[in-house]
Amino acid sequence: MIDFSSVADNFNVIYPELALLIGAFAVLLLGTVKRFAGLCTSVAGLTALIALWLAVDQFGTQQSGFFGMVTCDAFGSAFKIIFIAIAIVTMLIAHRFMIVKQIARPEFYALVLISTFGMIVMANTTDMIVMFLGLEIMSVPLYVLAGFARRSLQSNEAGIKYFVMGAFASAFLLMGIAFVFGASATTDLRRIVADFSYIIYHSGLYMYVGIALILVGFGFKIGMVPFHAWVPDVYQGAPTPVTAFFSAGPKAAGFAVLLRLFMFGFEGVAELSSIFWVLAVLTMTAGNVLALLQDNIKRMLAYSSIAHAGYILIAFAVGGEDALSAAIFYSIAYAIFNLGAFAVVVLLETRSGCRSDFSELAGLSKASPYLCAVLALFVFALTGFPPTIGFFGKFYLFSTAVKAGFIWLAVIGVLNSFVSVYYYLRVLKVSYFDRVEQPALSVSYTPAITLVLLITAAGTLGFGLFPQKLLEFAQSAVFAFL
Amino acid sequence: MFETFYPILFLVLFATFLAFMLVAFSIILGRRTSLGKKFQAYECGITPEGSTKDPVPIKFFQVAILFLLFDIEVIFLYPWAIVSRQLGWFGFIEMLVFIVILLVGYFYVLGRGALKWD
Repeated sequence: MIDFSSVADNFNVIYPELALLIGAFAVLLLGTVKRFAGLCTSVAGLTALIALWLAVDQFGTQQSGFFGMVTCDAFGSAFKIIFIAIAIVTMLIAHRFMIVKQIARPEFYALVLISTFGMIVMANTTDMIVMFLGLEIMSVPLYVLAGFARRSLQSNEAGIKYFVMGAFASAFLLMGIAFVFGASATTDLRRIVADFSYIIYHSGLYMYVGIALILVGFGFKIGMVPFHAWVPDVYQGAPTPVTAFFSAGPKAAGFAVLLRLFMFGFEGVAELSSIFWVLAVLTMTAGNVLALLQDNIKRMLAYSSIAHAGYILIAFAVGGEDALSAAIFYSIAYAIFNLGAFAVVVLLETRSGCRSDFSELAGLSKASPYLCAVLALFVFALTGFPPTIGFFGKFYLFSTAVKAGFIWLAVIGVLNSFVSVYYYLRVLKVSYFDRVEQPALSVSYTPAITLVLLITAAGTLGFGLFPQKLLEFAQSAVFAFL
Repeated sequence: MFETFYPILFLVLFATFLAFMLVAFSIILGRRTSLGKKFQAYECGITPEGSTKDPVPIKFFQVAILFLLFDIEVIFLYPWAIVSRQLGWFGFIEMLVFIVILLVGYFYVLGRGALKWD
């Protein structure tokens, strides 16, 4: 008699992941047959929707499988939903763009799905080796995606740069994991937490070196200063929908793992708070100041994504449940309005001959007033004006900092937001007030991208007016995690 | 605890010493010529032909990397085979999943024509 229950018990922890993987394989295989190649997009979309449904179904349960290597807690399953939603939005944004730029290949969808799979693996484990595995599954498709426009030199440069920097970061990370393993004789965070004081007492130095290296490794991935140098070039060079994906998905995944590592695993290291204090200040200041100098929207958004990473790092310095839920809230909020902003940029770039420089925005308010209004909404959210979700994201972050006594950190954060007003509102200044000789090219909407704009705009404004639901979601994710 | 590492330390010191000595001796004793053959690429004694910058067909790379991929797959089968009895059906199905994943890759490669040579 064969006992399959042990198999089923393990596999039902990873149903959404399996759906993504099977979908990605189906897309890959269908893409090789000319007759079915047209189906790829719909197959990818459909599997992502199925995966989303499975992930929502899983939310709130606490499961573990594969000998404790995969842990699907509320935190992990919340991020499952976030990642899959980001993947769906990316595919919707990308569809038309890829056709216009003549780089529409079915592999794009397969790579997005596999990368999402990797993110989920990363976020749903307490074992550092599995985290590393997930990171690589996420990153390798991203390297390909960055260089997806094979005929474009910039895209090639982005791919190579991202690959080299990513491999470099992985080496740091792996070395860090090795040190932590050397100090604690385990890669499981739960066991490290259980024996933390013992480990620190007996081999504290190696533990600290390991933690520092792990921080460097993930610092690269989330674009933390001083490991941010690759971000602008890669963001600018990659095809714009891919950039949208970069700024939302892998960033959220990096933060999910960092949250698990540094607010659960290595929480006992008291010095980390002051390290994150410095890193947060450096990251947001460098991102905001360098963004002031940019003339390209994608590059500006790249620096702005560094700055936003800096805001989220505040939560690490503060520590505790409130900060954790504020960080999750901000990650979701940032994903929503940033994907929206990128959807507008993608739409503008599908016009012929556009390279998303600031000057191309001139006259947009006349040519397509609705799009311009939506862009304004996202820009306000990026800046952090009420009543958008960006305001509440910042509000929760800064208020938890103030409550925990990190008043200067909150003050620096607010000052940084003031700096960011200049370059964000420049978008609106150019598009509403700059004079143009010839009228701007009009954009052509597709149902997919209109849907994305509607969803993200509704999310930005809706959660901005009623943030309670999203905050509860973030808090419930934290609840089972600690 | 550190006593066990002394041989390694000694090895490191000796290797450094040796490297320095070899370079130093060749500087002191060697003749200096800056002509002719010194500027040729060193090809294990064979006279080099043509330019190194000639493009090489990417097919070599493709075949090599694909071989590597499936070679690694086989390597992973060995540790599994050793513990397959303990792992039971769970391990068997896990391995099937692993092989199916790589099989999908194989069919993809085949379908895209990466193994065609002309």
